[in-house]
Amino acid sequence: MPDTPPVNILDHPTLKVVRDAFPGKRLRATEFRGQSTLIVEPADLHEVLAFLRNDPRCGYNFLSDVAGIDYLNYPAATIGRFAVVYNLACHARDDRFFVKVFLNPSLPTDGNADDPALCVDSACDLWPGAEWPEREVFDMFGIRFRNHPDLRRVLLWEDYPAHPLRKDYPLRGRGEREQYRVVDRASQ
Amino acid sequence: MPFTLKPEQGWTVDADTTRYLASHVDTGDRWVLNFGPQHPATHTTLRLVLELDGERIARCTPHIGYLHSGFEKLAEHLDYNQYVAIASRMNYLSPIANDICWHHAVEKLFGIDITPRCKVLRTIMAEVARIQDHLLCVGAAGLDLNAFTGFIYAFNVREKTYDLYDFISGQRYHPDWTRVGGAMQDLPDEEMFKTLVRKLIDEEVPAALRDLETLLNRNRIFMDRTRGVGLLTHDECVAWSITGPIARASGVKRDVRKDEPYLCYADNWDGQGAEAVTFQVPICTDGDTYARYLVRLEEIRQSCSIVRQLIGRIPAGPLDVFADAKVTKPRKTDVYGSIEGLIQHFELVMSNRGWKPPVAECYGANETANGELGFFIVSDGGPRAWRAKCRPPSFINYQTIAKMCEGHLLSDIVACIGSLNVVAAELDR
Repeated sequence: MPDTPPVNILDHPTLKVVRDAFPGKRLRATEFRGQSTLIVEPADLHEVLAFLRNDPRCGYNFLSDVAGIDYLNYPAATIGRFAVVYNLACHARDDRFFVKVFLNPSLPTDGNADDPALCVDSACDLWPGAEWPEREVFDMFGIRFRNHPDLRRVLLWEDYPAHPLRKDYPLRGRGEREQYRVVDRASQ
Repeated sequence: MPFTLKPEQGWTVDADTTRYLASHVDTGDRWVLNFGPQHPATHTTLRLVLELDGERIARCTPHIGYLHSGFEKLAEHLDYNQYVAIASRMNYLSPIANDICWHHAVEKLFGIDITPRCKVLRTIMAEVARIQDHLLCVGAAGLDLNAFTGFIYAFNVREKTYDLYDFISGQRYHPDWTRVGGAMQDLPDEEMFKTLVRKLIDEEVPAALRDLETLLNRNRIFMDRTRGVGLLTHDECVAWSITGPIARASGVKRDVRKDEPYLCYADNWDGQGAEAVTFQVPICTDGDTYARYLVRLEEIRQSCSIVRQLIGRIPAGPLDVFADAKVTKPRKTDVYGSIEGLIQHFELVMSNRGWKPPVAECYGANETANGELGFFIVSDGGPRAWRAKCRPPSFINYQTIAKMCEGHLLSDIVACIGSLNVVAAELDR
């Protein structure tokens, strides 16, 4: 088992295309096991995604998934606390490409406060299939998506008091199950 | 709150979804019906809030999450071997496919190349899982439309796939069979395994397929209930991120086994120039419920053919990657019989030791029966995943249920749900 990651080779052709198209933007890239990830600033996300979908040299017509990540106390250095990763695929070239944004909260993260810093533009207008995956990221991490058609919690109930996949949320919960309001016929 | 529909503002249903309404006279008399979560035709716990105009669906709002059990949170607290038991429980129709996919992603992260024997056995079991899953789906497609006999034909054979799981792992329902770099145990008896598999794919499955096709394929009632119902076009499938048989029934030429080959679907899988298994990817262009049924039937045939190509040439040699890789747990005979085995066992199971994968993140995907199943694993270098995001095909496919149902009659919902083959455990995780 290799203890050190293999040397990163940033030679994915899409990276060059994106760099040439956005000369003024701050772009970073990583590579691991042949999978290239482009790291963009949150404000540029939608523009870059639209370019990746619409430019014929990129042509990422398929959104595979949207993943949220919480890097609280992660051993390696990261740019921000939270990340959202868009997993794109191009059917014509059988190529995969990952776009990532980092976000830093401006409010305490133990509740479900509406944090203006944890907000990115939704990709639903580019790929309608982003609707439920983005709802899941919102549900689990409390990251909001601007211009999302229907941003409600998808798996948990609507008045759930926290976002449970954050690292500061305990594995066994905070007693939501035990303290859940019981409705019986007498109390109605 | 229990009966809220989708908020009025925001997403407006586009003209495509309402094309079935062309000949329908809107009475303007709408009523709301709650469908599920406890209803036999929802398969498990799906809930749809329907706004109906007479019997025609004007609006459909899916609500999910009734089976949510925090699998992804658990993934951050269980190690790479333990989580296979949870990944398996995401899919109770073909659990072993999820085992294989989870460890495919983990091994990609670790950089392990598994042995040829393991690749062949995993490929065989992945195809048996596909057969098992599709059999339920085509059988239940009949069941939901009142053809109970078809369901029994399919379930009869599914029982035999459970016998096979029982044989290789000792568990009938959730085998939890794979491990990092190998499997929990080698085949107890290789000849017996071959006999069981050959009997399944050469006798039992073809017989059941014949019965099913005779019963349903040209059945007037079945065709009337399924043709033109739940239409999705090629472009809609791509836009809505749909994969698997549902996308292929709409003409999307995409199969992870062909496009991003892994296991024995890739050339040179044994390191000595072996060719990839040959199979056809069935494509239909109708995009309706009936087309999905046909695609699944043909995929069962193709899976049988893949298994037939491999069953005669299971390579000899070890199933696990070699002991010096320090990633697989040694066999119990080694643990109790040698000091090296004992040390390696404890190196992996002790809470302050364990695997040391690279600090990185990677995505590994497999083509399972419902579509592309993937795990996006973020590793912090410890024995547990920092984050293991699952890409569940059911969840992504099920977003289109509203689009498929709107404009149809109430009784067509069960045909649509059946053709999506939603596994609620994977939907809600």
